[in-house]
Amino acid sequence: MDKMPKWADVILTPLISLILAMAISALVILAIGESPWMALKTMVTGALGSSYGWGFTLYYTTNFIFTGLAVAVAYHASLFNIGGEGQAMIGGLGVALICLALPWPHWGVALPAAMIGAALFGAAWAFIPAILQAKRGSHIVITTIMFNFIAAALLNYMLVNIMRPQGSQDPATARFPAGAHLPQLSEMAAMIGIEWGKNTPVNITFFIALIACVLVWLLIWRTRLGYEIRALGRSEPAALYAGISPVRITVIAMLISGGLAGLMAINNVMGEAERLVLNAVEGAGFIGIAVALMGRNHPFGVLLAALLFGFLYQGGGELALWTTIPRELIVVIQALVILFTGALDNMVRMPLERIFLALRKKGRA
Amino acid sequence: MPGMTDKAKRPETASSPAIELRGISKSFGPVQANKNISFKVARGTVHGIIGENGAGKSTLMSILYGFYKPDSGEILVNGQPLNVTDSLTAIRAGIGMVFQHFKLVQNFTVLENIILGVEDGKLLRPSLAKARGVLKQLAAEYQLNVDPDETIEELSVGHQQRVEILKALYRQADILILDEPTGVLTPAEADHLFRILEGLKAEGKTIILITHKLREIMEITDNVSVMRRGEMVASVKTSETSPEQLAELMVGRKVLLNVKKSPAKPAQPVLEVRDLQLADDEGVQRLRNVSFDIHAGEIFGIAGVSGNGQTQLLELLGGYPEKGSTITGSIRMNGQELDLTGTRSDAATRRARGIGHIPEDRQSEGLIMDFAAWENSAFGYHHAAQYNSGLFMNNNAIQQDAQEKMERFDIRPRDPHLAARNFSGGNQQKIVVAREIERNPDLLLVGQPTRGVDIGAIEFIHKRIIELRDAGKAILLVSVELDEILALSDRIAVMFDGRIMGERLPSETTTGELGLLMAGVTDTERHDASEGIPPEAKHVQELPDEQAGGAG
Repeated sequence: MDKMPKWADVILTPLISLILAMAISALVILAIGESPWMALKTMVTGALGSSYGWGFTLYYTTNFIFTGLAVAVAYHASLFNIGGEGQAMIGGLGVALICLALPWPHWGVALPAAMIGAALFGAAWAFIPAILQAKRGSHIVITTIMFNFIAAALLNYMLVNIMRPQGSQDPATARFPAGAHLPQLSEMAAMIGIEWGKNTPVNITFFIALIACVLVWLLIWRTRLGYEIRALGRSEPAALYAGISPVRITVIAMLISGGLAGLMAINNVMGEAERLVLNAVEGAGFIGIAVALMGRNHPFGVLLAALLFGFLYQGGGELALWTTIPRELIVVIQALVILFTGALDNMVRMPLERIFLALRKKGRA
Repeated sequence: MPGMTDKAKRPETASSPAIELRGISKSFGPVQANKNISFKVARGTVHGIIGENGAGKSTLMSILYGFYKPDSGEILVNGQPLNVTDSLTAIRAGIGMVFQHFKLVQNFTVLENIILGVEDGKLLRPSLAKARGVLKQLAAEYQLNVDPDETIEELSVGHQQRVEILKALYRQADILILDEPTGVLTPAEADHLFRILEGLKAEGKTIILITHKLREIMEITDNVSVMRRGEMVASVKTSETSPEQLAELMVGRKVLLNVKKSPAKPAQPVLEVRDLQLADDEGVQRLRNVSFDIHAGEIFGIAGVSGNGQTQLLELLGGYPEKGSTITGSIRMNGQELDLTGTRSDAATRRARGIGHIPEDRQSEGLIMDFAAWENSAFGYHHAAQYNSGLFMNNNAIQQDAQEKMERFDIRPRDPHLAARNFSGGNQQKIVVAREIERNPDLLLVGQPTRGVDIGAIEFIHKRIIELRDAGKAILLVSVELDEILALSDRIAVMFDGRIMGERLPSETTTGELGLLMAGVTDTERHDASEGIPPEAKHVQELPDEQAGGAG
């Protein structure tokens, strides 16, 4: 018998964790002599109070959806892919190579090509740790995190020595051709006569991210591959008994995971910067871990958690801009949210389970 | 011996029972594990507690040993109320416990294990010397012979169990509780254990024996208490009851203890195994020249103490030998050679060739415990056309199918959406049995089909296996329960140390003969088998995974 109703498991627990994280953040803000109430107000208005704020919040959300889904898919196969950061970086390399390869006539052509490039490069970067895990038993946590550093070094080399336009001092590629420009949400809104989110980076990739959520859900819970991924994730001896090849499923799950992380580059490289710069990923790969944890590895949960972290990211930026609360403290707040919703999940869950059990007992008596 | 000096401190009234429980209740959340249990164990007797899995036997003993606190009720030891708050209190009151899964440090010696937790001072040497003396005395007194300087991992399972008993006696236990002690023993080892228990009883010790084997209860106990669904339904003198009556009390209805089956009508050979050899990745030979045939319409039983190659044989036939194994020999299925290595030797290919498999370990192999019953009902066959429509799995069809299987196999609760872990052991096993039998395989591999399964379900599963045989299918049955092998098999092979020691017909053999074969003794080299396993067999017993997998 389940210990508590499903709604309490998926909604109440993260909500209480979040409130606890906010309470402690409030104490920290109080301790440095600022008003937590004002801080919260600044964050909410800055991130959600205007279409401008929403434009940024949703842009970050898009990044986090991709990296969160990447972690979630691997997690179902019981693989902890913490290499989303590197896979997204290399995905960016794929996007840049494709966008710069041709004078693209229209984004409708450039986008599918760039998506294939992003996914393939991201997947390729996940493939090596995957095959090492599947064939040699090298732990995927170790290999994927090391591959983050290799990705950063590789990108550095590519941008400084190969892809930098002649005469430029900036370790970045040239600007992508105009035909590779993705429609911004503000432009799309303007087309139907609404002024929304002017000068914000959120673009058509946001919808691709939403579609990705649906596709991942279908993959995990409706296909034979998803069934095999989940079976392997729960019990490898059982998978072997059922004729499921752990090597094959490990590699495929990691390829999908890396591909999803790589797709993030469509948003930040093609949709926003329109060129590849160093450190384009800005830690989104790691935030994806927290997003997946908080979203309980369910695509819909990932979407909600990505939205929350998008809000924290944008709201945190506003906080640094308008108050004397230092930028570092924003990171502290984000870390507290990760700590409570991810790492300390059981601290909230177990007492809650006990309460529900007691309530049920009382209900029966 | 140390027990003598201490005995005086314990209040002893000849009339008061060694242990008395009054109105013990314990619930875990909504589950009532023990309901108002009262019973007495007279001093100097062997008292059996029998019941199906999940009847609450282990919970009750855990309460007595201080692992759980009862919700209500009281415990009297030697007539004195005792508040057992932890196992230390229980030990001080003279209660010793031998668990089903031994609690021994594998790389410590026997002596070190015995003094662990009761060292007399900061230095080990005096304690070890004292223990050595006591051990010598105990060994002489109760036939509890173990080499005190051997490390545990070098000992056979039977000897490890003796160490557990010695541990309890060294802690001056007057009341000894044994939880399913014979699950991992050969018949000879079990006989030896019973002789030890009789010796202890003669010395005035009280013994509580928890088991689900009726034969053991009849053989050794003076009194027996039957538990069913958390309640103590009867306490009777063993001499005044019968196995049939006890089984009925356990299950709550009449049970057929003997399987009814017509003589086998074996037809063409389905499985032909020749000179199968398997060495694991460490080079240890697990299967040695195994050859046998199984014909359509017969049940071929393989008896043996667990860890003698049966697991490797089943896994190899099922298509998933341990990684890194070296395999030679040949397997023919319906006249066609099966691949022993490569991508076409996996479990999916084996299923396609008509081999079904009820694995030995349903919890880690046969089922995904977190998956719902319906998801498990297609496990291994999830590529079958009936469960799919195009790109996607046809979840409705699988659920429908699962619902029907649950009806036909009487799986309770009848909820296909419940996770497998929420079913009882018997019903979990029925999910696996339903899945494998309903595919109608030409050959069904069956490993420990009734381990940890209640009597009612055992009867049902046995009936289904025989029905499949009568439908002209071949069945390979591996079980450590000799009774099960004898009841079901049409031919019996005994495995020892990776070898088939011999084939017998059930009508022409005895438990005793099979027991000798299980211990590796053939007609030519018959020697004293009462010590259980001869020394050359010891390395077979070193498989910790096999031991942990003992009767669940």
